[in-house]
Amino acid sequence: MSDENTKSLTLSVKNLRKSFGPVEVLHGIDLTLRGGEVHAILGENGAGKSTLVKILSGFEPLTDGELHISDGSGSSQRITLWNNAIAEQAGVVLIHQEFNLAEQLTVAENIFLGNEIKGRFFLDKKTMRTKAQEYLDILRSDIDPDASVAQLPVSAKQMVEIAKAQAKHARVLVLDEPTAVLTQQESQVLFELIDRFRQDGVAIVFISHKLDEIKQIADVITVLRDGELVGSYPALQLSKDDMARLMVGRELNSLFPEMPKVPGEAEVVLRVTDLLLQGNSTPSSFELRRGEVLGFSGLVGSGRTALMETVLGLRKSAKGNSGSVELRGERVDFKQLSAARNKGVAYLTKDRKGSGLLLEKGLVFNFSLFSLHKVSSLLIDTKREEVAFEKAIETFDIRMKDRSIAAGNLSGGNQQKLLLAKILEAEPSLIIIDEPTRGIDIGTKSQIYHFIAQLIASGHSLILISSDITEVIGLSHRVAVMYHGQISGVLEGDEIEEIEIMRYATGLKNKNLEQSGISNAKA
Amino acid sequence: MLKLDLKTAGPFIALVVVFIIGVLVNDAFLSSGNLSNILARSSFIGIAAIGATFVITAGGIDLSVGSMAAFISGCMILLMNALMDTIDSMVAIIILALIASLGIGAVAGLINGLLTTKAKIEAFIVTLGTMGIYRSLVTYMADGGTLSLNFTIGDVYSQVYYGVFLGLPYPVWVFLAVAVIGYVLLNMTVFGRHCFAVGSNESVARYSAINVDRVKTATYMLQGVCVSIATIIYVPRLGSASGQTGILWELEAIAAVIIGGTVLKGGYGRIGGTVVGALILTLIGNILNLTDAVSNYLNGAVQGIIVIVAVYLQRGAWRRD
Repeated sequence: MSDENTKSLTLSVKNLRKSFGPVEVLHGIDLTLRGGEVHAILGENGAGKSTLVKILSGFEPLTDGELHISDGSGSSQRITLWNNAIAEQAGVVLIHQEFNLAEQLTVAENIFLGNEIKGRFFLDKKTMRTKAQEYLDILRSDIDPDASVAQLPVSAKQMVEIAKAQAKHARVLVLDEPTAVLTQQESQVLFELIDRFRQDGVAIVFISHKLDEIKQIADVITVLRDGELVGSYPALQLSKDDMARLMVGRELNSLFPEMPKVPGEAEVVLRVTDLLLQGNSTPSSFELRRGEVLGFSGLVGSGRTALMETVLGLRKSAKGNSGSVELRGERVDFKQLSAARNKGVAYLTKDRKGSGLLLEKGLVFNFSLFSLHKVSSLLIDTKREEVAFEKAIETFDIRMKDRSIAAGNLSGGNQQKLLLAKILEAEPSLIIIDEPTRGIDIGTKSQIYHFIAQLIASGHSLILISSDITEVIGLSHRVAVMYHGQISGVLEGDEIEEIEIMRYATGLKNKNLEQSGISNAKA
Repeated sequence: MLKLDLKTAGPFIALVVVFIIGVLVNDAFLSSGNLSNILARSSFIGIAAIGATFVITAGGIDLSVGSMAAFISGCMILLMNALMDTIDSMVAIIILALIASLGIGAVAGLINGLLTTKAKIEAFIVTLGTMGIYRSLVTYMADGGTLSLNFTIGDVYSQVYYGVFLGLPYPVWVFLAVAVIGYVLLNMTVFGRHCFAVGSNESVARYSAINVDRVKTATYMLQGVCVSIATIIYVPRLGSASGQTGILWELEAIAAVIIGGTVLKGGYGRIGGTVVGALILTLIGNILNLTDAVSNYLNGAVQGIIVIVAVYLQRGAWRRD
């Protein structure tokens, strides 16, 4: 893509070990990254993927082992001193799971952050802007270099990160779960880009939990399990089943549990009629019945979370909203989440770290925060709180080294199980869960699906917002699809399939228009 | 575990050290008169600081404490002097003044709370504003001079400051009571838990069905009530109020909170630490009074150094975790 990238680089580690204090987390990893190859690293949460890539890119020192670099000439050089600055000098750039952008600065300023082009005395803003535009053009991105990063959608922020990597002349580009925050279409754009980098001889390291994507894009797959190297394989040799098996180390039961049918006469638990969201002109209506999973599909930003948060009182509805929300036949207008909770409605946020858990607080503190009223009269009964927590650890199989750790020190999957335990402790009968398995390994995913099935079997009702279409299809009785802040269709039975959902999600089909078309014709 | 204990015990160790210094500096330090004086004096800042512990734990800050104290003093004195003509019973007048004081404190706190939560202005700015307003109001009420409490009432009311129960002055008992109530409220109730959660991460608190605005407003009201209680025991000591009353109380209160181990950015607070912090600050002033080695005028400097050192030590312990 640019001439700086033509020299390809091979980076390899031998018998790499990493310890945090007395605990060894990586036990002798061998790995070779070659220019022009997409190297996927696969493993459950806590398998050591992120630690490994942090070491490769110099963000973490290695405890033991060898690191070699060779450029095209064939001579391999053992590297003894390795840190982030040296790694970037050599062209190894990591794009973090959580982006590393200065939100208040512009796109161009971010691209050259820490790498500024200077004139005689001052920063050469003009050149940087022009260069930034060039980089963005190469990426075929229409992002404005003068836009402030804070205002960009997630996918654009990622693009800025990639442009930033280009400005550093990346020859090894490490992407830690780049698609976790992207829609399927955005992911495809990213894959095209990765492909072009590959053709230019850049070595790509790609971490993802989505086996489809790995199948699609990887040349080499390295599997880690509990900090051990399971092996490196040519991607063509592995099926998705093989990948899952190698990762988990045992045969997986079917990922999706059998979902109980919704009885024909099941009452309507939640009826939303003509609810108008802020910044929207088309109102939304839908129904949820007892014992039903209603999936909500749609592109990121299509208004699924906004719709639910408006129902729950976490957001205000639009001015002039004349719609209504009925819970078990009773008209409700929640102004606070506590009001919804007291009526037996709970919400699992998609932002586990920003809105779900207090990362620096203890596990019990987090667990009981949503349902403190249950264990308190005048004072909090800490004994009952402990007992409830012990029970939840059992029920939800929350695994930890030590009860006294902070929630932030749990692995992602266990954080998610703790969050689920937290909201279910309030004993809701209607549960709205938003992206319940984002960034979670397949074993925990399967567990969460089974919890959902159990909830349904015991008469709970559930709304499932998810950007993972297989998940929506695998769990939902009906699927509502949103497009541009409105429900473009509610699909049932045979209609529930990937292509059809995508048609509604991208605006190709829209039941509202069809209906209005019919009524217009009648009139 | 040991590190955690060190963090909790740090302020107590500092208190013991300062106390030993006091003993070494002057024999008079240990006299019962001096000790009860220290306790009584620390109760003003201490009580205000207990309110500040709630505000800071929930992620806020209140700079209006000192001027609020001055304003409430002024209101109480004016009210009591005015009631002299209509009510005969001194005790009844004083009780009315106490009720008014608590009411003004609560309302002043409510105003700070609503401006930060509903009008969404940063607490620092809101309370900087109200700080100026109350300070200016009391100066205006005193016409630039001093408001003095009528001597007849002053005589009766002075019992509140100078009265002794079981060998300790009343203010010390009030301080103790406020501390115990504060401790229970912060550590053992749902409200206290919510303060920690709100200060730790407002968004998580909101998604945990906590009424964030209400919790924050309640902490400012608690702060107002604490200031009012501190004022109630302070007024009889001087019997007057002016534009100079309660100057820098807010900073001493915040200093006591921070020395005690509460985290300034919120999410973690300790009432016991705050009480110790208030005692340390008062002890330093007292020791400087009793010695010639360091000028009494350097009181503020020594307090400043203590605050900085305390925070430095806490951060160090923090990082080693």
